Amino acid sequence: MKKLVSGLLSLAFLAGLAMSGAAFAQEEEHETPHYPLHKPEHVDWSFAGPFGHYDKGQLQRGLKVYTEVCAACHSMDRVAFRNLEDLGYSEDQVRTLAGNYEVEDGPDAGGDMFMRPATGSDTFPAPFANPEAAAASNGGAVPPDFSLIAKARAVERGFPNFVFDIFTMYAENGPDYIHSLLTGYEEAPEGTEIPQGTYYNPYYINGPSLAMAPPLSEGIVTYDDGAPETVEQYSRDVSAFLMWAAEPHLEERKALGFKVIVFLLIFGTLLYFTKKTIWSRIEH
Amino acid sequence: MSEHETTAEPGGEPTRRDFLFLTTGMAAVVGGATVAWPFIDQMRPDASTLALASVEVDVSSLSEGMSLTVQWRGRPVFIRNRTEEEVEAAQAVELAELKDPVARNENIPNAEATDLNRSAGEGMENWIVMIGSCTHLGCVPLGQAGDYNGWFCPCHGSHYDTAGRIRRGPAPENLPVPPFEFISDSMIRIG
Amino acid sequence: MSGDHSTYVPSSGVGKWVDSRLPLPRLMHDSFVSYPVPRNLNYAYTFGGILMVMLVVQILTGVVLAMHYAASTQMAFDSVEKIMRDVNSGWLLRYMHANGASFFFIAVYIHIFRGLYYGSYKAPREILWILGVVILLLMMATAFMGYVLPWGQMSFWGATVITGFFTAFPVIGEPLQQLLLGGFAVDNPTLNRFFSLHYLLPFMIAGVVILHVWALHVTGQTNPTGVDVKTKTDTVAFTPYATLKDALAMVVFFVFFAYFIFYIPNYLGHADNYIQANPLVTPSHIVPEWYFLPFYAILRAITFNIGPIDSKLGGVLAMFGSIAVLFFLPWLDTSRVRSAVYRPWYKVFFWVFAINAVFLGWLGSRPAEGWYVTASQLSTLYYFAFFLIIMPLLGMIETPRRVPNSISEAVLSRKNGGSGQPAAAVSAPEDRA
Repeated sequence: MKKLVSGLLSLAFLAGLAMSGAAFAQEEEHETPHYPLHKPEHVDWSFAGPFGHYDKGQLQRGLKVYTEVCAACHSMDRVAFRNLEDLGYSEDQVRTLAGNYEVEDGPDAGGDMFMRPATGSDTFPAPFANPEAAAASNGGAVPPDFSLIAKARAVERGFPNFVFDIFTMYAENGPDYIHSLLTGYEEAPEGTEIPQGTYYNPYYINGPSLAMAPPLSEGIVTYDDGAPETVEQYSRDVSAFLMWAAEPHLEERKALGFKVIVFLLIFGTLLYFTKKTIWSRIEH
Repeated sequence: MSEHETTAEPGGEPTRRDFLFLTTGMAAVVGGATVAWPFIDQMRPDASTLALASVEVDVSSLSEGMSLTVQWRGRPVFIRNRTEEEVEAAQAVELAELKDPVARNENIPNAEATDLNRSAGEGMENWIVMIGSCTHLGCVPLGQAGDYNGWFCPCHGSHYDTAGRIRRGPAPENLPVPPFEFISDSMIRIG
Repeated sequence: MSGDHSTYVPSSGVGKWVDSRLPLPRLMHDSFVSYPVPRNLNYAYTFGGILMVMLVVQILTGVVLAMHYAASTQMAFDSVEKIMRDVNSGWLLRYMHANGASFFFIAVYIHIFRGLYYGSYKAPREILWILGVVILLLMMATAFMGYVLPWGQMSFWGATVITGFFTAFPVIGEPLQQLLLGGFAVDNPTLNRFFSLHYLLPFMIAGVVILHVWALHVTGQTNPTGVDVKTKTDTVAFTPYATLKDALAMVVFFVFFAYFIFYIPNYLGHADNYIQANPLVTPSHIVPEWYFLPFYAILRAITFNIGPIDSKLGGVLAMFGSIAVLFFLPWLDTSRVRSAVYRPWYKVFFWVFAINAVFLGWLGSRPAEGWYVTASQLSTLYYFAFFLIIMPLLGMIETPRRVPNSISEAVLSRKNGGSGQPAAAVSAPEDRA
């Protein structure tokens, strides 16, 4: 019987291998050459692992990078200003921050739409009125919305990494990808033809080059907490910020998970001994 | 699923076993009860509802004797620029005559239901702002109607006076005054 | 076995009053307390109970998610994101539901393979097995439609591809697909009806589960020896013995479930489903959820025409056939011995089948190119050969090992040092109908 149980377990394990095939197989162009040309590099994120938590200072810096650089083209439709309290801002600070933006409201008594300063319950206003306008201003490519980008991008992990990922709890595909992309622009190698108006980036998931020019440069954003004003640092901060934007309840989730699993293990141990005691009455 | 026999077997060690079974059973109960929480929790108003913006209303066009109904938190809010007669009628009422002597004004908790406490305050007595939802069962009362020429709820016949105080009928309380303030001479912020 | 006579004795006046009017407590007592189960069941037999709990988990989380979900192409994606961000405990409920579907399938596949190994489909349990296959089909339909609801890219294109199966049928194909979609492409009507059916089907599953359990309680459970229960010493009472064992297995199962929910909740999903559906752009690589991958591989393995059947129809038929064949399993297996424990050759073929099924799943996640295609074809061949050739033939030519005379004997011989299988004559296989 033991054999069967272990057989089933190993089967379950193998099934695990197969199922993760699904997880990594998406978004991948399998005709040669394979994209991305380079796998994303791993960053040591504060929010990785069973006790992962966001670094509030980093998120605040990331917000700054987003608002001062990315927000010119990328919307973030699902994040409201009130959510920024998660980043360690007070209600008043959030109100002030939101007040810097104008949002459309209405209709007023006369039936006209009007602009008013944003409040905490408004979401970040989009830079373009609609996807068509966004495409027209960006050479035909619509800059994707950033609310979920950190969960909507995952580069194939490949065998056997996707198996190890279960045990190492690797779930930072998104921010790793974003960071690698932002820091990965380089000169196209000799002989590589890339479409006009695109920029070579071997980390790009859908081809050798993308329509977005390298958005970050040294000193483009001023940090007031003494963090280095480098592309590397900007990129890390904004990647972490985007992870927060996509998964705001991550800390809560991991903290609750720890409690649940500890409870289940204690309960399981109790049940094990209860079961053993009861079954000891009979031969089996 | 963890029902168990707690009967001690003859010759066994009743205390230790019973303790084990009891602990296991309790863990099951605690675990089960805790799991129920998210299923109930999800029904409470969500974060976006709670954070709902306050409403700003321009009342400059509201001359004496005119009313406006705006929506706040999904419910109607009456804003009325009352006439002299209405204010006087309301001021003339003795507190003892009132069915509900509490002002029900969120801006001044636990105040008496005088006309001043129901209105927008000193110098603004003509303005009254109330949630237009009958305190009986939530219908929207009709304005300038009923026995007291204030508000009248047609659903079950509750009569409110010109300060929105319940005078007759099944409703238990005065129409509630929401948190509001005049942010300028002509703008009211509710919430 | 069961239904001999009830041992339920109402303890109170109220109990007696109820018992003489609606003997529901008696039914529960006889089904889940005094019900005799073979004493030698191993942990592979705990998955039936786990599946019942998973069905309840899915229905409960589904009902509360439906309180916040909006089945409209304009709002579906936003309402799911609202659940994830704003609704109290919403992220927890949604991750439970999404990962719950996967764990439901993990459990059901283990349950099915256990049945295959121990011959649970053989007489007199044919109806029990067929009801199980019906449940599997309903689960697949439910899972597929549920995956469409978040209205992400993978939802949309998965729905497009899967409803496209029906166009493979000549003449009726196109009208059938349009009937299913309520239009010419996946759109609002499709989403609405999928939501309606996704809500309905789990209750139909629950209904068939009741029949499944009823059938189980008529014939009694199999056990690892495959020998029928003969005397009272072969069995133990369901409560506390089986309930405790089931509960323990369930808690262990839930540890894995919780690990996925809380630490890697998106591991089993697709990143593309966090992009709102766009009918104008197909993701570069479409794959179904992991639990459909083996069937998807079978679909794609048929790249050639078979006589008048073109490869498209052939693929769809092969895919449906891979599940349909399970209905005939009770009559395809000709062996007179029930359990694989006493069938040395079947055991080998069984494990090859299991590994092959996992391999098919992996192939399903690969693009249909190069050697993957050939491998899928070979794997598909073995999948069908296992049921249609190996099972009927092996039963006739295989020499089974000696089957113990009773469950008690098997239990005791194992306890007493397990002298292995005495070289006695092959006993009469247990196959009383």
